[in-house]
Amino acid sequence: MVRCKVDPKINPILPSDDLKEIIPPNWPQPKYTFSTNTITEDKFILGRALFYDPILSKDNTISCGSCHQQFVAFANADHALSHGINDLLGKRNAPGLFNLVWHSSFMHDGGINHIENQPIAPITNTVEMGDDINPILEKLNASSKYKNLFNKAFGSEVADTKKLQLAMVQFMGLMYSYNSKYDRFKRQENNTSFNDSETRGYSLFLQKCAVCHTEPLMSSFEFRNNGLPVDPFLKDKGRGELNTAEPGDDYLFKIPSLRNVALTGPYMHDGRFTTLEQCINHYTAAFTNTINLAPELPRQGMTLSAQDKADLVSFLNTLTDYRFISDKRFADPNFK
Amino acid sequence: MNIIKYTLVILSLFALASCKKDTKTVEPTPEPAPTTGNLKINFANKVGTANLSYNTTYTIQSGDSISITKFKYYISNIVLTKSDNSTYTVPNSYDIIDPAVKTAINLTNVPIANYKSVQFIIGVDSARNKSGAQDGDLAPNKDMFWSWNTGYIFLKLEGTSPQSSASNKSVIYHIGGFSGLNKGIRTVTINFGSSTANVNSSGTPAINLNTDVLEIFKNPSPISISSLNFQMSVNASSKMIADNYADMITFGSITN
Ligand code: HEC
Ligand code: HEC
Repeated sequence: MVRCKVDPKINPILPSDDLKEIIPPNWPQPKYTFSTNTITEDKFILGRALFYDPILSKDNTISCGSCHQQFVAFANADHALSHGINDLLGKRNAPGLFNLVWHSSFMHDGGINHIENQPIAPITNTVEMGDDINPILEKLNASSKYKNLFNKAFGSEVADTKKLQLAMVQFMGLMYSYNSKYDRFKRQENNTSFNDSETRGYSLFLQKCAVCHTEPLMSSFEFRNNGLPVDPFLKDKGRGELNTAEPGDDYLFKIPSLRNVALTGPYMHDGRFTTLEQCINHYTAAFTNTINLAPELPRQGMTLSAQDKADLVSFLNTLTDYRFISDKRFADPNFK
Repeated sequence: MNIIKYTLVILSLFALASCKKDTKTVEPTPEPAPTTGNLKINFANKVGTANLSYNTTYTIQSGDSISITKFKYYISNIVLTKSDNSTYTVPNSYDIIDPAVKTAINLTNVPIANYKSVQFIIGVDSARNKSGAQDGDLAPNKDMFWSWNTGYIFLKLEGTSPQSSASNKSVIYHIGGFSGLNKGIRTVTINFGSSTANVNSSGTPAINLNTDVLEIFKNPSPISISSLNFQMSVNASSKMIADNYADMITFGSITN
């Protein structure tokens, strides 16, 4: 058997990779600092155990890690739409998870206003937080494994929502991704250089894309309609779906970070595209959904030659952080 | 190790002995007089003049009838005003009033004084809606939290009505919204008339308030269930309901 359950302690934090807040050179200040959630190895281990444990779903079948897989930068490989514990998740594509402490809001519509509130949503079955989290707390409180982990992390073995939120944020919040080829090139590490295609792609990216996919996070984390035609079945209005929606919010979606984008497909809020070429082609055709269309986009589409497109793809491929996706600290502790 | 321990014991014996000597002539210091006491705020949940009971049919102003199965609301940011007009702000004041769970807020460490009025909000202030993980009555598992579009639900009223257009005849009002034009936070000020709640060191005076469910359907915007049986987002209709619930809580009496 390949799979074998082990105590999370058997896969301890690598001593060389101590857990701490990081602000890579020339990056802005993060939105979330751990000032009221002091980083400890025990909280991180608890957060990681929870992230990979289907105990968080009603019927014990699915964990955060089922939809957010490390080998694709914590997106959901090959799944346009996520199915699982929640019908709501069913109409959106699971984004990659990294550098979350720089996001000002979460989900494609930005409906969640704080990283600590994020773990609550997938656990609950309706738009609203009903009582559905209480049976999960009961399961955790009945488990000797979690009594032990909660006790180590918080000095009390009782699981409650706040401890669960804080521990999960330690795990998710410390997922920093800043070691792609692009980063090494920018930091001029080990003489990293771009080839001709990557160089041309980078300069096109700066001209055509970086107003929205802003360096260094590759997103301003603002909301825009980038002109995707509305899916006739999902009819997803993005921010227009929020309970505070106003007409100007229709079809606005969060600008995704393009870091690790070669791995995080399928693409867009509903996973409609499977390749980067399709994404780029979207920007070169005339935009059909012009309601609240982003002012940065020319209605008739961008002009890009076949060579330009290939160069953009070369550049986007430099944004993959292989160190991040193989960092053992973020791996499922249940697998050796 | 042991030597250190013994030395400490011996030293402290000396210390005790010398204390005794010194204090012999001095009066024993009196306990400092307490400066704070307890205060209770009771919420009697009513339908008109009757006490609210679940699964009982009541008639609202429009003539529609409703049988209530759930009624709960946040009371936050309590501030008490003394007879000298100075105020005391209750720290960390967030409570869910729910006839099925809790109808009284028990305050401790309230400065001793005679209080003539109380102010609070129905709802949860915008800061706490934006600050991440919370506990106590603000924990997100109290059935009063929108998890997919962060924000507390300030008031929930659920039940059934023959006038509801829903196939199961349900009535569901979940009102929230911590910012913007249609926000649901309402400030309530209640004067105790000629009485004061006298907080002292021994007893627990009580402020007795009445919450009237019928007000939710009354002023300033009369609401019928046939026209509105479902409200779960923040918009002009939820604002209308919030304007109505702004005066649902009124003064009853003071028990000193
Ligand atoms: C069934 C699949 C699924 C599961 C299980 C799941 N997620 Fe997600 N996750 C998604 C989808 C889909 C989205 C985007 C939802 C949206 O925009 O409405 C998302 C969004 C997120 C985001 C926001 C990222 C961003 O860029 O805004 C975070 C953080 C996150 N999930 C963490 C978690 C955690 C923690 C858990 C476990 C408690 C979890 N997810 C469980 C599918 C899933
Ligand atoms: C006006 C702002 C804007 C500009 C300019 C822009 N994008 Fe986007 N981009 C967005 C938004 C918004 C989304 C998300 C849309 C959605 O999910 O429905 C997006 C999504 C994407 C995605 C999908 C990412 C994912 O993880 O799903 C890719 C790839 C992408 N853009 C590439 C580009 C490239 C390449 C350029 C330049 C040629 C570009 N974008 C220019 C706003 C912009």
